[in-house]
Amino acid sequence: MSVTHIGAVGSDLGRIEGPAKVTGEARYAAEQDHLHDVAYVWPVQSRIAKGTVRWIDDDPIRALPQVLAVLTPDNAPRLQPPDDGELAVLQSRTVSYRGQFVAAVVAQTLETAREAAGQLQVDYDSESHDVQLTADHSQLYRPGEPDAGFVSDTDEGDVDAALETAAFSVDHTYETPAQHNNPMEPHATLAVWDGDELTLYDSNQGAYSVQQSLAKLFGLDPAAVHVLNEHVGGGFGSKGTARPNAVLAAMAARVVQRPVKLALHRHHMFAVVGYRTPTIQRIRLGADADGRLSAIAHDVVEQTSTVLEFVEQTAVATRLLYAAPNRRTTHRIARLDVPTPRWMRAPGECPGMYALESAMDELAIECGLDPIEVRIRNEPHCDPETGKPWSSRSLVECLHRGADLFGWAERDPRPATRTEGSWQVGTGVAASTYPAYAAASSATARADADGTYRVRITASDIGTGARTALTQIAAGALHVPTDLVRVDIGDSAFGQATIAGGSMGTASWGWAVTKACVELREEVERRGDIPGDGIEVRAETSAEIKARTGYTFQGFGAQFAEARVNVDTGEVRVPRLLGMFGVGRIINPRTARSQLIGGMTMGLSMALHEEGVLDPAFGDYVNHDLAEYHVATCADVTDIRAQWLDEQDQHVNPMGSKGIGEIGIVGTAAAVANAVHHASGVRIRDLPIRLDKLLGRLPTRIG
Amino acid sequence: MRAFEFVRADTADAAVRTVAAHPEAKFLGGGTNLVDLMKLGVERPDLLVDVTRLPFGSVDVEPGGTVRIGTNVRNSALAAHPAVRTGLPVLSQALLAGASGQLRNMATVGGNLLQRTRCVYFQDVTKPCNKREPGSGCPARQGVHRNLAILGASEDCLATHPSDLAVALAALDARVAITGPDGNRDIPLAQLHRLPGDHPEQDTTLRHGDLITSITVPPLAFAERSAYRKVRDRASYAFAVASVAAALDVDDGVVRDIRLAFGAVAHKPWRAHAAEEALRGQPATAASFRAAAETELAAAETLRDNGFKVPLIINIIVRTLGDLAGERS
Ligand SMILES: Cc1cc2nc3c(=O)[nH]c(=O)nc-3n(C[C@H](O)[C@H](O)[C@H](O)COP(=O)(O)OP(=O)(O)OC[C@H]3O[C@@H](n4cnc5c(N)ncnc54)[C@H](O)[C@@H]3O)c2cc1C
Ligand code: SF4
Repeated sequence: MSVTHIGAVGSDLGRIEGPAKVTGEARYAAEQDHLHDVAYVWPVQSRIAKGTVRWIDDDPIRALPQVLAVLTPDNAPRLQPPDDGELAVLQSRTVSYRGQFVAAVVAQTLETAREAAGQLQVDYDSESHDVQLTADHSQLYRPGEPDAGFVSDTDEGDVDAALETAAFSVDHTYETPAQHNNPMEPHATLAVWDGDELTLYDSNQGAYSVQQSLAKLFGLDPAAVHVLNEHVGGGFGSKGTARPNAVLAAMAARVVQRPVKLALHRHHMFAVVGYRTPTIQRIRLGADADGRLSAIAHDVVEQTSTVLEFVEQTAVATRLLYAAPNRRTTHRIARLDVPTPRWMRAPGECPGMYALESAMDELAIECGLDPIEVRIRNEPHCDPETGKPWSSRSLVECLHRGADLFGWAERDPRPATRTEGSWQVGTGVAASTYPAYAAASSATARADADGTYRVRITASDIGTGARTALTQIAAGALHVPTDLVRVDIGDSAFGQATIAGGSMGTASWGWAVTKACVELREEVERRGDIPGDGIEVRAETSAEIKARTGYTFQGFGAQFAEARVNVDTGEVRVPRLLGMFGVGRIINPRTARSQLIGGMTMGLSMALHEEGVLDPAFGDYVNHDLAEYHVATCADVTDIRAQWLDEQDQHVNPMGSKGIGEIGIVGTAAAVANAVHHASGVRIRDLPIRLDKLLGRLPTRIG
Repeated sequence: MRAFEFVRADTADAAVRTVAAHPEAKFLGGGTNLVDLMKLGVERPDLLVDVTRLPFGSVDVEPGGTVRIGTNVRNSALAAHPAVRTGLPVLSQALLAGASGQLRNMATVGGNLLQRTRCVYFQDVTKPCNKREPGSGCPARQGVHRNLAILGASEDCLATHPSDLAVALAALDARVAITGPDGNRDIPLAQLHRLPGDHPEQDTTLRHGDLITSITVPPLAFAERSAYRKVRDRASYAFAVASVAAALDVDDGVVRDIRLAFGAVAHKPWRAHAAEEALRGQPATAASFRAAAETELAAAETLRDNGFKVPLIINIIVRTLGDLAGERS
């Protein structure tokens, strides 16, 4: 495949919708205010973790002024059974976790709906619940298929034998807690019925996918469901599929025969929109005297709910990162009475690489090698799992270039030897990786007689800059300046397209946009002019995607961190983060940088702060707001830099680009943990690296 | 909808009379805590009496050096006031270590002192909590209590008071001026907040209708050598995990006088009288700071997840006092 070389791509174009966003002109789902007569629905959440709803005393609530309806499992409209049990909203009296929606109140005002929902009396028959994941949980089993179509287990060679004869080995268990997606814009839907046609203004990562799900649930032709998501304030995976808010709003609107709005409260999000499963990961590494890996084993334990078997693909990056003749990965899960975990930025790679890259640091220390050197010695020539060549792989170059910029060469490898005042100082490194996926999508490109161009695609801009990048891609393929091109997105009427997920939006949509625009340009060139009613071309990429074999497509990077550990308190600060990435052609350096540093910031946040605190007695995550669930603040992120190589990839897609939405979060936490170890000599193997875990293990004591 | 009334008070007396006459009425300061708790259903007043227009909005240094702080001075303005910045660094530092810039611009002095605990059960009306619903139980003892009290807690409640400002004021022997249904009075800040005992629903000794009008900080010769050290789980915008407010007077290597208070360890700002007593006349060394800190913390009772606060507090006492002693020499 030849990569098209096009002027607009690679330029620093500002966000097209930026002015509309900062002036408030851009309307998000809950801000749609063009309809009169809008009612509001507020969900009622279960107060038990397991059991059944015995009785709902809805009459007194229904009698309240301004209350329009009370939806319960008994009276809610029946839905077709979904693939995702979370979407079977109010379809049964069974309670599967604390916080699940068990009823809802529809009212003329938001305040009334919320207050009435709070007053609704729900009685339960509760059963004892099981919410705590442990490494040896009795309900652990081998799941069918982890997320994204991976197999649960792989086994090559003889790991145990190799470990026995290894010159150096590492055998440790690393843990990550539940982590909760908290996009700035909570999930929200405005549902409007017109006869049997449904329109949803919905905050999601894929209007087409939500259209398909809702059509199926309500037994409608997809053409009867119209989903709009013109602006979306983040998702991080939690809006990757239709969520219960869309279903509940649509149901409520049907029942009260008025448009109904539902904006989830931050509290709801900790129960019903997914989160990253906690993980318990045992890593075993064996290496020869030169630090070359002979064995890698990665055994993962994690949770899902009783509603849906969702299996985070935690060990998959371990299958391809390093060369070792003997390799083994396993995933075991327990179905607990907990909210359903789902996608959160880099599902799989993110927690898995924290464990693997911490273990690699421990191995480097065992072997007496520099942690960069040990990684270079284990660089595989091809994908170790499939034997396929890499479409491109720049991990080693990222490590070298990153090391130069970071000033790695002066590093004294000894831990706990540098102090500044009451702070111990250290540095750490970790590798980063994420697949360069692409999925079939369709796009329409149109040339008008006035010389302007219009592209339509059901893409979603969840704050990434996708609209802007697609405009550049389109202009490049059309050979025209970007200001002659308008790209419309966020509307299911534009046809099938993949979601903003798996870091594949720009690659997948860009591919379809490129194809449509190239065909349109050729058509215009062939005709020599543009007729009064314009020329329109529609393109679809399933053949191209199917033909995309023969290589492993994967982005790589190296993350460097400086950490400071306070000897009195165990407080950790990370004054410096540097990421160097090999992610193909960068379409727009401005939006790319913000994706990469955004990912790294979230990785820092994962390393130091993020932790869903489970209450075993009640079965919920108790720190369900942003005062208690800490994410990094600006003060936590001081000097953060993301850079990239000029990586050329002829095979990955016509743009030569790899996804950048998720790779930034991968490996960051390991780099920080490794730096904390280098600073303090203390290895924290369970995130987050909280001060109380460090305090008491720190060497010095004053007074 | 749960309706409530809102009135803006013109005089302190009118505010007090109005609230006193309505058992479910509340004063409204900046609203940054009260309105949050109303949204959560934890507070359910039927009447809000906005007191922010009352003429208690200035910081005045009285003859003799007492600093009088009107209750309506916003936290950010108080932290920036020259008399506070230079004369009472511990106070300025405590304020600036709290919340965020936006919140400090709204928060009043009275509201800050009377903000309620951040215990997660207190804030969740779907769960029991003795403080919110007396007699319903205290799930924190077995459950999530990493940030709860190690000093002065009771079987019924181990909540901590979240204010940073209050800790600095406790160290400075501040007094609280109150206008109540029975007239004016003036109490030591140390008597404003109480320990939970078997009435955790009562955060303070105030009665319904008592309005805080100002705080006074008496002159303290060595207040310029004071500091606030706050430990939190992230670099900003987080409540204290532990904090220390200290002022130290060292003469020739010997502690002549000291003020010391801790935050995030008890139901009230914890004035460390025992440690202060132990240090007066002792050499200003890390060893004696540590010994005094240990004396104060000897009474600590810890649970499964909050035991780390004991060494943490001790360490920050030693470091903070050491730094203050160093400044002097
Ligand atoms: C996310 C977040 C983080 C925060 N972090 C911190 C922190 O790190 N450190 C910290 O110290 N604080 C922190 N705060 C709390 C903040 O400081 C308080 O919310 C604020 O100080 C309350 O002041 P206010 O004027 O808004 O009080 P309000 O909310 O108006 O009132 C609080 C209470 O005081 C009563 N009241 C108000 N004025 C008077 C008066 N004059 N007389 C009698 N009663 C009165 C009210 O009736 C109410 O019960 C944080 C808050 C939030 C939301
Ligand atoms: S510690 Fe106090 S505030 Fe927290 S749950 Fe127990 S009684 Fe309620």
